Parts: sequence; C-alpha cells; structure tokens
Amino acid sequence: MTDVLAIAEHRRGTLRDVSYELITAGRELAEETDGELHLAVIGGHLEEFTRLLSKEGVDVIHAVSNGEEFNHDVYTQIAEGLVEEIDPGVVLVPNSVNGLDYGPALANRLGRPLVSDVTDASFDGEALSTTREMYGSKVETTVEVDAERTVVMIRGGEWPSADDSGDPEIRERDASIDESAVRSTVRAFEEVGGGDVDIADAEVLVSVGRGIDEEENLELVEELADALDATLSASRPIVDSGWLEKNRQVGQSGKTVTPKIYIAIGISGAVQHVAGMKGSETIIAINTDPNAPIFDIADYGIVEDLFDVVPALIEEFER
Amino acid sequence: MKVLVTVAEVATVEEDFEIDGSAIDERYLEYDLNEWDDYAIEEGVQLAEEGVADEVVAVTIGPERSEETIRMALAKGADRAIRIWDESFEDTLLDVAAKTRILEAVVEREEPDLVLTGVQASDDMFSATGVALADAIGVEWAAVVNGLDHDFEDGVASVRRELEGGVEELTDVELPAVLTIQTGINDPRYASLRGIRQAQQKEIAATSLADLGLDASAVESRLRLTEMYEPEVESDATIIQGGPEDAAVQLASVLREKGVGAE
Repeated sequence: MTDVLAIAEHRRGTLRDVSYELITAGRELAEETDGELHLAVIGGHLEEFTRLLSKEGVDVIHAVSNGEEFNHDVYTQIAEGLVEEIDPGVVLVPNSVNGLDYGPALANRLGRPLVSDVTDASFDGEALSTTREMYGSKVETTVEVDAERTVVMIRGGEWPSADDSGDPEIRERDASIDESAVRSTVRAFEEVGGGDVDIADAEVLVSVGRGIDEEENLELVEELADALDATLSASRPIVDSGWLEKNRQVGQSGKTVTPKIYIAIGISGAVQHVAGMKGSETIIAINTDPNAPIFDIADYGIVEDLFDVVPALIEEFER
Repeated sequence: MKVLVTVAEVATVEEDFEIDGSAIDERYLEYDLNEWDDYAIEEGVQLAEEGVADEVVAVTIGPERSEETIRMALAKGADRAIRIWDESFEDTLLDVAAKTRILEAVVEREEPDLVLTGVQASDDMFSATGVALADAIGVEWAAVVNGLDHDFEDGVASVRRELEGGVEELTDVELPAVLTIQTGINDPRYASLRGIRQAQQKEIAATSLADLGLDASAVESRLRLTEMYEPEVESDATIIQGGPEDAAVQLASVLREKGVGAE
C-alpha cells in the first residue's frame, strides 16, 4: 500500500489545470497499490479551491490556510510537515515554474530521490517506474526509482483532468510557520508587455523559430505575414535574442494562442512551445527536419528549407 | 562578492541516431556548453565587470573531455574553474541528490555569496539541482530567473521569475542565494580570440571525490535509467510534397480554401 500526497497549484486566485491532472495521476498510483490519495491546497481561496478539488478518488483534502499566493519557503515548510504526518510513498508536485521552485528543496529536505518532468508513472511490482524525456525530447526513457519514498514532479498536460466529483474528507489546517525561515518575499506580478499587438486575438498567425538563423531574415517572414494579412509571432529563441518583443512569444512562458491557422516556420516544436499553440484549429509546419516534433501535431507539413518555401508562398499570394 | 557558476557539458543528438541499449550510440553525440549555463556565465561575468563580483568561479561535473567546454566559461570571463569527476560516474544517471551532494561540498570549500545555475541541462532535463543545492546548503533561492537587479541593496537579490502564461513574478531573496537562470535574461557574449588565449592560462582544478571529502557511496544515484527508445510518432499530418515551389502552390490553395487572403 502506497499513499500519495499531491500538492495543488493556484495563482492569482485560480487553480491551475495541472491541479486536476495531479488528481488523475495520484489516483492511478494510489489505486495500483490500494493506497489513499491525499491532496493539499496551500493558501488562496480555500473554500472555493476545496470545493473544486473534491473529485472522485480523492480521500482527504488538507486545506492549509496561508496567504494568497505561492511562497516557496512557506510551501516547503508546510509540505514537509504534511509528509511527515501522512508519510506518503509518493509526493506529487507539478513540474511548473513554481513546482520547480520548491519541489527539489522538498525532496532534499525529506532525503528522497526526485524524479522531475515525468510524463508517466506506475508501480512496476514494488518499484516506481517513471517515463521521462531526454535530449530535448528526442528520446523517451524509463527511469526506475531505487527507494520506497520519492518526490515526483509531473509535466502538465500529460494526464487527463479529473472531472467526476467526489466527497473527500476535508481537513482544515492553520499553518504554523517558522517565520525566521521565510527569507523570500513575492512583491508583485507583471504581465509581459511591449508593443500593442495581442497575438492571442489573431485569426492567422505566422510564427517563426530558430530556423530563421539571422535577425535580418525576419524580414522574409514579415513579408509573408503581410501577404497573408496575418500576425507575426515567434517561439522562445527569437524573443530571447531580442529580435521580437516578448508579447510576440507563443508558449508556456509566453502567450497561449488558438488561431484558426497557425503557420510554424522553422520551429522544431519543443514541448514548451507546443503547450502554447496546440489548440490552434489548423497547424501548418515548415521545417527541414522530418523528425521535428512539430510534425506530430501539425495538420499539414512541408519538409523543405523555409528559405525556398516562404518566398514561393509570398509570390503565390502577391500574384 | 564571490560568484560560483555551475556549468554542464551536455550531449546533443544528431538528427538521425541509433540507440544502443539504454543510451544513444556515442557516434551520434556531440558535446557542447549547456545553453542555460551560457546565460548563467554571462550574468556572473557581467557582475564582475560591474565591480559587484570580485571573482567568478565555474564548476562542472564532467570527464576530462569536458575541459574543452568549461574553457569556454573561462574564455568568456570566468576567473578559474573546478572540474569534478569520478570513474564511478561513467554510464550512470547521476540523480539530483548526487549532484547536490557534490556541489554542496564545493560550496563548503569555496563559500560563494551567489551561486548561478542554468534552469536545466538540455540532456537530462532535470531542472532541479539549483534549488536542491540551495536547500542543502541552507541558503535562499529563486528558480527560473529571467531578470536580476545587480544592486543587491541590503543584501537582497531582487529577481524576476518567469511564470507560465506571460506573467512574471517580482521577488526579493536574501543573500547568499542560488538562482537558476533562464535563457533570455541577457545576451551571452561570444568568446573573443583574446579571451580564448587567456583561458589557456587559467586554472582548471581537476578534483576528485576524495578531494572533496566524499566517497562514491555518498553520491550513489537512486535513479536507474533502464530503457531508452524513440517516442512513437502519432502524426496524422498531411505532408505536402513535390519540392518547395510546388509545395508552396499546394499550401496556398489550402490556405485560400480556409479563407486566408480572400479579400
């Protein structure tokens, strides 16, 4: 029997989707060994969060009052206390930016091995077996854990969201925090800005990635966007290089877009990028690498050099 | 202030490759400086150039081959480097706890005020060592930092953390601290010829586990990589063929059908 403790995530008053995915992942693991699924939600609108998280398969929700927002010092302390009390075999943490800001510290404090960015997990006999990617998602690996107690960080979007409502036991808790160990302060949030274009509103996006090689080549893609009456967007490396403003970035850390047409030019399709555009109605990918992951989600693909295809396409529309 | 930058040499994989057992066959691997660490080095070197840091030390866990990579950090401005290796690391997936213990021993020796690491290494993709290290050495931290105020007024690092969905968090953390650095925080420089020449004169201290007061059992990994395979492709994309020009004509007709350029 292995109990599971999953720690929900919320931000700015809203539970994040991965919280419901954690329930599914946790339920699967707990069921495999006849264990219990405990869920913790720390801070924020506890009453509402507890109601929303009361899903089938959750045995206990620990509703811990503490502030509105995430603070890693607080989360680490509270999670450590809960783990000591519940003694779950598996602690599930989202592999999100905030998860990465306390999960590794928690594992260290508990002396448990950490498996991050997990896309699948199951008990294979006694041992926990996880699936992870390596080398920029070019391969998948099976990683087994040589320990009875572990911290597992799960990648968002890999498990379906739990949606059947259930009737878990709710344990309300006041957090007793060692304030001297809280040495970080979240001061504010800011939306990434720059420019007056909102790519989330565009119906047609021409999106450019690392394959464009040089800043001056952007002109070619801009020409295409003009010819198609489309809006220009980009993957992370283009914005990191300062070639386009941050408000043009599509992906996990940029904008989520759902246009009618998304044309990915020279974009390989890293998981962080795909997270931001997979909801597009029609996805068209132009890339020289036939194994580029973007083709896995594309509706139409052209495996050619963008510097040959894009000028020809511009010509087609300017004729 | 002393800045310690952790640097990883990562394996990059060619477009076509073969898997040999539970690893990619060596023939298809090339080695390079981890992209995220390049940004961490740049941030450290900028701190030195602004007179905030007195010394920038690069540390890596890697075999002799990786000296070539760590020399890049020296060529870009790090003052000296430490390379840690033990034969027992060969063919092992060093887990986060093992890397943390090694780096913890380095920190005890070097006593840096600030540790900079890349958010992740592009090969094992764990993204966790920096925060685990901070906890192990009992200092503050911030993960996925894409902005850092270099003033450190009152011993505080004011950082910008890049959250999901185009939101950034502004957070203050007390020094000493470990920051995991996200790409885009700065514009990493190319190593100049002069820098490359100077790097030849700088120290790379080859360091064993014993030098750090550790033995191999202290850094045994509790994770075992048992299988490696190429992910199944479930693509149902229509691949438009016929060379670039013909493909462009066909794509134009698909786009027109969907109402693009209809006016």
